[in-house]
Formats: sequence, C-alpha cells, structure tokens
Amino acid sequence: MSDYIIFQDVDRCIGCYSCEIHCKANKKLPDGPRLCRIYQFGPKLVDKVPRMAFSFLACFHCEKPWCVSACPSKAMQKRPKDGIVYVEAEKCIGCKLCLYACPWGVPQFIQEDCVAVKCDLCKDRIDQGLQPACVTKCITGCLQFGRRELMPEEQVRRYELLATP
Amino acid sequence: MKKSVFSICGMCTVRCPIRVEVENGVATWIEGNPHILGRSLCGKGSAGLAFHYQEYRPQGPMLRQGLRGGGQWKRVTWDTALDYVADKLGRILDRYGPGSTFLSCRGGPFLDLPKTFLKALGSPNFTNHDAACGRNVHHASLSLYGLGRKDFIYDLKECNHLVLYGRNMLESLKVKEAKDLMEALSRGMRMTYIDVRQTVTGSKASRFWMVRPGSDYALNLGIIHAVIKEGVYDAEFIRKWTTGFDDLANIVQPYTPEWAEEQTGVPAAEIHEFVREIASDRPKVVFHPGWMLARYRDSFYASRSTHILNVLMGSVEVPGGQIIAKGPKDYGKKDLNNLGDGVPKPTEKRADGVGWKYPHFDAGPGLFQLFYPAILTGQPYPIKAYVCYRHDPLTGFPDREAQRAALDRLDLIVALDAKFGETTWYGDVILPLSGYLEKDSPIASQKGKTPRFIVRRQAIEPLYDSKPEWWIFKELAKRMGLDKYFPYESVQELWDFQLKGTGFSIADFEEKGFVDPADKAKLFDRENGLKLKTGSGKIELVSPSLEKAGFPSLDIYREREPLPAGTFRLVFGRHAIHAHGHTQDNPLLHEVFPENNLWINDRVAADLGIAEGDKVEISANGVTAEVKAHITPFIHPEAVFTVHGFGRTVPVLKRAFGVGFADQRMAKGCLERFDPAGGGIAYLECLVTVRKAEEV
Repeated sequence: MSDYIIFQDVDRCIGCYSCEIHCKANKKLPDGPRLCRIYQFGPKLVDKVPRMAFSFLACFHCEKPWCVSACPSKAMQKRPKDGIVYVEAEKCIGCKLCLYACPWGVPQFIQEDCVAVKCDLCKDRIDQGLQPACVTKCITGCLQFGRRELMPEEQVRRYELLATP
Repeated sequence: MKKSVFSICGMCTVRCPIRVEVENGVATWIEGNPHILGRSLCGKGSAGLAFHYQEYRPQGPMLRQGLRGGGQWKRVTWDTALDYVADKLGRILDRYGPGSTFLSCRGGPFLDLPKTFLKALGSPNFTNHDAACGRNVHHASLSLYGLGRKDFIYDLKECNHLVLYGRNMLESLKVKEAKDLMEALSRGMRMTYIDVRQTVTGSKASRFWMVRPGSDYALNLGIIHAVIKEGVYDAEFIRKWTTGFDDLANIVQPYTPEWAEEQTGVPAAEIHEFVREIASDRPKVVFHPGWMLARYRDSFYASRSTHILNVLMGSVEVPGGQIIAKGPKDYGKKDLNNLGDGVPKPTEKRADGVGWKYPHFDAGPGLFQLFYPAILTGQPYPIKAYVCYRHDPLTGFPDREAQRAALDRLDLIVALDAKFGETTWYGDVILPLSGYLEKDSPIASQKGKTPRFIVRRQAIEPLYDSKPEWWIFKELAKRMGLDKYFPYESVQELWDFQLKGTGFSIADFEEKGFVDPADKAKLFDRENGLKLKTGSGKIELVSPSLEKAGFPSLDIYREREPLPAGTFRLVFGRHAIHAHGHTQDNPLLHEVFPENNLWINDRVAADLGIAEGDKVEISANGVTAEVKAHITPFIHPEAVFTVHGFGRTVPVLKRAFGVGFADQRMAKGCLERFDPAGGGIAYLECLVTVRKAEEV
C-alpha cells in the first residue's frame, strides 16, 4: 500500500456521486474512464426503515501492484517516496496489459489518447500540501485522506466489528 | 498566471458560494467557498467546468427564421438584436399599453435588473417559476405568520427531531443544508421521513413512513389531533402568540390517528409513538413545511398544517427550531440600494389577476400559469410580448401543447439564457447570457441568521459572443429611452450605487467573497419581540384574510378515491446529479445519470407482468412515452416515480436529445388545475396508465 489512504465513513456517505465528478473534472477526463466509483447497496429493510449504503472504490495502491509488473514500457510505476501507483502517460504504449493484470479492474483507458489512466491520489495536489479532489470537495466529509497510521480509531473499530462474526 | 476568484455557482438555483482557480485565462478548478462550505461542492458544481468548456450553448445573438421551434436561426450582431427587440417592444407598448409585456424568471437573489426593466416599461407583470414549485408553501406561511417561506431558517445545528414530507434533502441538494443534516444525524438528531417512496434521505432516517400519495394533509390532521388531545403543545407560546387555537382544536376533533391510518396507511400506534417522541423533543423540532409542493389541490393545507405543527411545538425563534431570517435592517444596518426603487410603480393591475381577482395571493411574482388565459382572452388587457429570462416553462410547467398554443398568440418572445432550454428554442430572439464564470452580477442581499451581501464575480472571459445581465438590460433600456433608470455605465458604478451608505465597497468582498453587515446572530425576544406581519401581529391559526377570500383556515379532508386498476400518480423528483432540466446535456453528469426510468411497486409490476429493465409504455390523455422499468418494493403501489428533466426536444443538445421521457408532458390539463388556496400547480391530480410495451 501507499503511505496514504482514502477512507470512507459509510454512515456519512449520501451517494451523491460528486466524488466521481470532482475527479473527472480535475483530471479533465473524456467520456468513459472513471477513476473512482460509488456503488449502491440496498435499499434493504432494516428495522422498518429501507436502508441504503454506498461504497467508494478507487485504487488500492497495492504493496506489490500487478499492474506495475505487467507494464512492458515502465509507464506504470510505484512512486518510491510514498508508494503511490501511477501512470506516466508519455511512456504508455496503450497495450492495456495493466487493465488485464489488475484483479480489481482499477486501470481505465482513454480511447482518444490510447493511454491507460488511473487514480494517483492526485499526487500533484499532495505535493502541494493539498488533498485529492474527491476528498477535498466531498459534501459530507465522509471521504477522508491521510497517512495510513493516522486512520481514526472509529474506522479500526468498525473493521474489527466486521471481522468478528 | 494563476488567480483565485470567489464567486457563486450557477449550475442550479441554490447558488452555492464557490472559489474558482484560473490559469492563463482558463478555469481549472471549482470548489465550495472554504469560508462557508469548507470547500465542499456537489457534482453539478464541479461539472461547471464542462458546462462552460464543453456544452453547446448559444454563441451569439440570434433571430428566428421560419417557424417557432423550427430551429432555424440567423446569427446577428448585438446591435441588430437589441434594436430589433427595442423596436418591437416599443411598438407593442404603443399599441397595446404598458401591461402588454410580461417577464418570467426562475427566481433568486439577482432580480433587481429584470424587475427594474419591466417596471420601467410600466408593466406590473413580473412572474416566476414558483407556481410550479414552492407557492403553496409560501402562501401557507404567509397565512400564518405574514412571513414567507424564505423568511425562516431551519436550525439543524441544534434540532432534536426533523420531520420531512418528501423533502429529499440529500438528493435535491443544497450543499450547506446536506452538510448540516449529516452533522445533525451523526450528533443523534432524530429524523422522521414521510414519502410515497424511499429516497437516500429516507434511508438515513430513524423513522420512515411510506404514505398513500396525496395523504400528507390527512396525516397532519391526525398528528395535530393527537398533539392537542395529549396536551403536548407549548401552551404558553400558543396563548401569547396565536389566535384561533380553540377553533383549530374543534376542526381536528374528528380526525383521530385511527382515522389517519385509514387514509394514509401509517399505523395509528406509530402516530401515537411519534407524538410521544416529539413531545419530549420539543421545542427543538422542525416540521419542514415543504419545498416543491406543486402537487395536489390540497397541498396548501398540507403545508399550512405542517407550519401549524411547528407552532404547536413552540419551535418558532428558538435554537433548534425555525428561526426568523433577518436582513440588515433587523440589525439596524442599511440594506442595498435597489434600482427598482427609482422607478414609478406601474398603475395597471396585474394581468394574472393576482392582487385583485385573487386577493389572497402574494402579488410579488403572481402566478405564471394565469398569464396563459390572459394571453388567450385578451383580458383584462392584451398580452403580446414575453421576456423569458433564464426560465424554461415548457420544462417546468405541464402541458406543452396548451402552453405553445398560448405562446403562439404572442407577437414577441425574447429569451435571455445561457443555454438552450425548451422555451429558449421556442423564442423569436435569443440574447445569450454569459455563463456564470464569465460574468459579474449585481450584489445581492441575503437574509439569514445574520444577513449577508453576496456577489458573483467574473473568473474568465466569455468564450462566445455573450453578455451579462447588467449590460443587456441597460442597453435595451437605452434604446427605449429608459436609461435614466439604469444610472451606471459599468458594473463598478452599479456596485457603487448598490453599496452607497452601507459602509462597504466592492473591495471588501475580495477577502472571502461576501460581507456580513452584522457579525453576531441574535434571536428576537419571544416575550414581546416577534416581528410577525399578520393583521393581528400574531400567528393566525385561523386566518381572517384567507377566510375573507372564501377559504377555510383548515379545510375538511377530501378522501381520495381508490385508483382504477393499471392507473397511477406520476410522482417526479430529483437525483443528486441533475438539477431539474438544466444539466442533462452536461457530459460529466450525463455519464453518471444518462436517462431516467420509471419506478414501479414490485407487487404491481408482477400483476402487470413487468420485470426490471423491461420497456414500459406510459400514457396520459393522448401523450405516450416509452421508458425502462425499475421495480422496487419501496414505492407506494398507487405511485410511479421518475426523475424530472429528461426527454429534451432541442436537437442541438446532442447527449440529451430524445433520451428518457418528460414527466411534465403527461400532465395534460394540469395547466388550469391548481390549488385554489395556494396557487401551486396540482401536478399529481392527473393519472397515468402503465403497461408493458409491445415488442417490435
């Protein structure tokens, strides 16, 4: 994983899809590729109220990214200083091997430019001391960004709850 | 070269404050104003970049050639277009009198210019979209407090219990409100959500009631009955600040929660439990009186009874309740100067009858739909010209055919718009407005817990041959010999005029994008300081002005007949990614939500042999459309639902053209069908039939 993570407080997410748009507007992406996605679950009846949940998915920035190993032109890289996995567009030959290699379907493709594209956590913004576009403009603050070790207790507690049958 | 500009979003009518980054003259980043929104913004807000740089919009003044709506346009210069409009308006004015022009808009804070222009012509006929939106709520509010719906702030920060009737705060998004709501919910605020279907908002509620369509009023009568019977109202507040409590108690006497259960489907036991909850939560309870309530013939009473519940809770002008919005004058400060104040008041009565034929309606914007009968009959005088200022009644109001038949009788339709709306396309002249990043606006004064002055500032140069409002109305006025009412040559001079005497200059807006004339919020004194504007100075549970106009303060409940099999009420609403009919052609928004579908109750769908994703045929009164079905148990069997704004017919909208279906076209006959007490269009008093479409 990279040194950074984006975590999502599902209780606070309102499924407004704004993060998808914030990302695309910032990266000036054409029709097609979306670098983060919201998936809806439910509605499902829980104690008389139909509940919905929305899950935010972007790149996991794997410890040993298969997309990086698969790339023949060394366009797909893992940034040494913080582990962010990104595409250097100039080196990309458009072979799509990263798309096939990723078990999560993370890398996307820009047809017009014949290059792969993926979430780079807005590393240019991080380098300026800012946060990724999706997090910066999230309406409810359900998306938060930070160093891995600073993940809030609450989030850890929830993972533990999930892990306990 | 990089710069940062504070401005105001224009993607929907909420007008959130924004900060725009511009590099070498190109806008690269839009975020919520960090001083107000902590940078938060909705998807539409970010898609503002795509609106300016990618959407196809009017690129210069255009004159219609050929038939109305035929789409044959001739590009002309601004001089030619403005001369044409001024000449034609002048001749219509001379021949048919000063009232012969009417102007409609979408409402909002920046209306001094169009209102001044119309007033300068001598016409009283200013109107807006609100009869297809919040008029019932507004009139209900006026009938109780003498204050309108925008004169209240719902204080979610400290609220204990929020009650929403189809007010879908998390999908009909106002960024600040949605943030506040989620804060309040995580703090533990209770939320009761009442609707004919489940929404994202309802999915976050502590209680969800799926009610029979059109039965909100019955539900409220049952709740009021229980509140009074249990004695859980604020007796001291009622004694001090209201008139007519005993009459209210008498009116609701027959309407028990058990009766309400029969009408609404909400179990009486749950109504009793709810009343016990609000009894412990009050006065920090907000019953939201509704937003878009152009729904039924009794929506006015549904809203009025909701307002009454707030009064019974004593939740007026208390933290966590509804707080009276305050302007600069409430803090002893000077408000902005208006151009309109310098123009003599028109002497003619309004052509829509508001203020004389309909004395109980607010004459401010009147009622848009009543201009159509005036056009058709020539009564009380001829209407021959229409200025359609960033408004799209062919999308916002029902029955396109009936509207067009009336519009066809006009000699002139001038459309001022930054995009191709259905009505813009039906105009004779298009005067293209610059996009919201491309122009400065006048300063506007916003009421609130504390008042605020806001302004839209130009971030980029116009991409096309478009102009801002302050220039267009001034230029038209100049050509008609009315420029003395527009005493400025530049927007800087207009701002100076507006701010004169307030102690502020436009430079003061640079720091945060706004200025606050008063810094610390205050509440009126509930002992003797509530500033109500009714005749009695109190909250009129029984309203003399309403009764004088022939309407009861609370009507009896008219039970709804069961619907014939296979027929439904077509309920429409919003998705977080679209703003009514404004955004369907935006590439970023279109990608996320390209097409609307039709929600159908699962049991009903099974009876009709309709499965998820099937094509269904929906029809009403000779209008038919095909749409994909979405099957869900979480919609009332009497309702079908769709997202409004689709089914565009303007061919230059490449992405949106012909995609999805237009709910408003199904509501044939509803143009004349409005709530007689509140004025709002009764959009849902019209049934549709749905069946599985035949395979081709």
